[in-house]
Amino acid sequence: MTGGVWILAEQLAGRLQRVSFELLTRGIKLARQRACPLGAIVFGQGVAANDLQALIDCGADRVVVFDAGPLEHFQVEPYAACMLEVIERYQPEILIAGATTLGRTLMPYVAIKANAGLTADCTGLDIEPQTNNLLQTRPAIGGNIMATIKTPNHRPQMATVRPHSTPPAPRQAGRTGEIIKLDMAFERLTSRVQREAFEANPDKINLADADVIVAVGRGIKKAQNLPLIYELAEALGAAVGASRDVVDRGWLSYPHQIGLSGQTVSPQLYIAIGVSGTIQHIAGMQTAKTIVAINRDPEANIFKLADMGIVGDLFEVVPALIEKIKT
Amino acid sequence: MEKRIIVCIKQTPDTRSVKMDEATGTVIREGVPAIVNPLDLYAIEAALNLRESYGGEITAVSMGPAKAIEALREAISMGIDNGVLLCDGAFAGSDTWATSYALAGAIKHLGGVDIILCGERATDGDTGQVGPGIAAWLDLPVATYVSTIETIEKKTCRLRRCVETGYETLTAKLPVVVTVVKEVSNPRLPTLRGKQRARQVDIPILTADDLKLDKSKLGLQGSPTRVVKIVKPKITRKTTLLTVKNEATLDQATGALAAFITETCK
Ligand SMILES: Cc1cc2nc3c(=O)[nH]c(=O)nc-3n(C[C@H](O)[C@H](O)[C@H](O)COP(=O)(O)OP(=O)(O)OC[C@H]3O[C@@H](n4cnc5c(N)ncnc54)[C@H](O)[C@@H]3O)c2cc1C
Ligand SMILES: Nc1ncnc2c1ncn2[C@@H]1O[C@H](COP(=O)(O)O)[C@@H](O)[C@H]1O
Repeated sequence: MTGGVWILAEQLAGRLQRVSFELLTRGIKLARQRACPLGAIVFGQGVAANDLQALIDCGADRVVVFDAGPLEHFQVEPYAACMLEVIERYQPEILIAGATTLGRTLMPYVAIKANAGLTADCTGLDIEPQTNNLLQTRPAIGGNIMATIKTPNHRPQMATVRPHSTPPAPRQAGRTGEIIKLDMAFERLTSRVQREAFEANPDKINLADADVIVAVGRGIKKAQNLPLIYELAEALGAAVGASRDVVDRGWLSYPHQIGLSGQTVSPQLYIAIGVSGTIQHIAGMQTAKTIVAINRDPEANIFKLADMGIVGDLFEVVPALIEKIKT
Repeated sequence: MEKRIIVCIKQTPDTRSVKMDEATGTVIREGVPAIVNPLDLYAIEAALNLRESYGGEITAVSMGPAKAIEALREAISMGIDNGVLLCDGAFAGSDTWATSYALAGAIKHLGGVDIILCGERATDGDTGQVGPGIAAWLDLPVATYVSTIETIEKKTCRLRRCVETGYETLTAKLPVVVTVVKEVSNPRLPTLRGKQRARQVDIPILTADDLKLDKSKLGLQGSPTRVVKIVKPKITRKTTLLTVKNEATLDQATGALAAFITETCK
């Protein structure tokens, strides 16, 4: 059976990542609208059997797995070879992946080779009723506009979807589906880029994965004041992000930076502390579900975006807030 | 061990001054200053650093309207050796698929390159697709989100790549396409001498025919994707603003905020 809606499930160290289940949420809706099956694609080595079954439990009708040593870590060439094999074999109508460092590398590479259109970093996906085309909505020009894009004449219609822009699909009782293992010729799994080593971020910062982010700006005044921010983040189980000024001053490392020249995030809750909310900062966080700001300047631009804001000195407000949250 | 380096740069509207036509929901481009995509400055600086360490020659390539030659002149004023502009009505309306086809054609035309550098993404289109796209058209390896170019040997290079959970160390065979993030370099300002040179230097303008490109793969007609609607996002947030003036308002405000946060985190 060919056609259908497909998602690329991402794994890390053999375990499926949350974004895979968010993509299922998107896929379930689209497959229902198109009355077609939903497929999931997995590349990796020794991916846990439970996780493959979880894709079915959460909405996939079939799961296609390539399991091989060279697929343990993402490399564009072998991953693309496998993806192109799936495209050739199943001729997906729609193929979506996370707008992650993996998805945003693999998908454009594959889209060229597959002669397919690709829309990056979508926050909305829908089917156009008359034509059955995929409508892909995404922020552009630093979030100043929302553009809706379609791919009328090329298949698959490919899109990357911003992580956290939808909740993960829940398990449903009694679902069944097919797990299909495919092999790839060894020579097509070679890569001209090799991963020699990996260094994990020290304080486990993974902004992309965080539900709650506490972002700190220049209002914190010096690196020595950062423990205050970490204390709040810890109380909330949040990751710590930063404005560019904080990173450029060396108070926090680059992986913390949010904005135009840093990361783009869409957490459930974004707490901006001593951040003015410049257009370049906002470009990286305005799709957060809920935004809260603490700033002593009532005119600070960040308040225009915030659901709730406190006008006050962060050195008074944050300690009082931590105490309230802890009790 | 001189290296041939190509940097792809795009001229973009300065997003700081982008205005919207509220009535039509479109972007007003007239009168908006055009700049070198700020994220391409990191690629330019990375190229200059490589030339300082290894020697070689850097060519900046841009596709765009005639005015985009300004972007190339700016790159040259920072120290880039040569510029090439792809300018042809046939390119107008190209999406990233068609843009990367044209740029790949230009890179082939220039011949014999070791490293092709791109910015992480262009701040107008915001896709980050062109770099990997060029690699696919040229069938070259690609490393994205590169934060350090550690060393370059005769046939390989060593890179650090910034991903969600940390940094990967990669080795890549040359030639390779590398897209860089801000951490890779600290862009210098143009010098006076550079500016003088930029004014004088001859920047060839190439058309689709010069590059022997297939016109059915270019422009609007060659682009798989179509923009069908543009709207200004409505800000639907209703801001509750609490002001701290004394102990009592501090207590009230933080109490309300803590309750709000706890509710949201549920
Ligand atoms: C090409 C380019 C790319 C960029 N990319 C990014 C990016 O990715 N991310 C980014 O963040 N920026 C980026 N910027 C920089 C951006 O323009 C701003 O410089 C930056 O966002 C400002 O950071 P900030 O809000 O921490 O500092 P400021 O703008 O200085 O704001 C500090 C805020 O703290 C408040 N404050 C001070 N003291 C206190 C206190 N005691 N209590 C409460 N509030 C206090 C002040 O009222 C002020 O609003 C970029 C700029 C350019 C040109
Ligand atoms: N028209 C263009 N001319 C030259 N380089 C470009 C062009 N468009 C994109 N690029 C390069 O590709 C990168 C990613 O662009 P984009 O995919 O449009 O976000 C940019 O940072 C540039 O390095």
